[in-house]
Amino acid sequence: MSDVPLRGVVAGHGPLARALVEAAETISGVTGALTAVTNTGCDRALIEQRVVQAIGDSPAIVFVDMPTGSCFFAAMQAARASARIKVVTGVNLAMLVDFVFHRDLALPEAAERAARTGATAIRLP
Amino acid sequence: MPLRLYRVDDRLIHGQVVVGWGRPLGLEFIVLVDDQVRASDWEQDLYRMGVPAGVEVIFASVSEAVAALPAWQRDQRRGLLLTADIESMLALRESHPSVDPINLGGLHHRPGRSERLPYLYLSDEELARLQGVARSGTAVVAQDVPTAPAVDVKALGS
Repeated sequence: MSDVPLRGVVAGHGPLARALVEAAETISGVTGALTAVTNTGCDRALIEQRVVQAIGDSPAIVFVDMPTGSCFFAAMQAARASARIKVVTGVNLAMLVDFVFHRDLALPEAAERAARTGATAIRLP
Repeated sequence: MPLRLYRVDDRLIHGQVVVGWGRPLGLEFIVLVDDQVRASDWEQDLYRMGVPAGVEVIFASVSEAVAALPAWQRDQRRGLLLTADIESMLALRESHPSVDPINLGGLHHRPGRSERLPYLYLSDEELARLQGVARSGTAVVAQDVPTAPAVDVKALGS
């Protein structure tokens, strides 16, 4: 269990993160748990600064869109500097909606759950 | 076969490089020239994760790149050379006039810089220096992805 609710930061290209956060809030009804960060107009240092600022003082998962690129790089830099941060790549709506209801989990457990939930949502029905 | 692209991009290896340019050029290797990344195994591992299987990434400091550039230019594979800043690219071009054309792919806002294109912020000094290089005969072109218009740096207003 986490002493304080985990924070979720969604970092992505262009307007993607904002759209995912808004959709997750609309579906779940939970607001304020997720913060969107865009890489638009940023070099590597500025993206990392935005990610760190969005995390604040809480333990957090940084959800990034791709397992490569500027957002991923910034998230990994932030996670390297703090044990309170985990990175999950390949963010999708299913994992975010599930995450906002499980913010009391321990950080490693929450990260593993998010990755599992996101992967499970990808199917060939 | 010369390197296909000499690109300045402060995000280094990312989607526009790997997908936007990598696919149409059929890249087989990327040379990342950056003193800081060259000194960090951890950062190199992260950048390697960003390229498709079969694409080699070579990390070099600026001084190593000056020495090794002719060999990379003779490489029969299709390659791209990447720096994060103008200074490093112009250091290579100073030693090797064959560094031509220079692609300005992404330089973002910093104090003292102003927007020249949505993906290209340059200080007046940086712009003047690049235009000087262009006037000396090296093509210097802004273009973030191949499907975007190529803009000659000489046409950018100061």
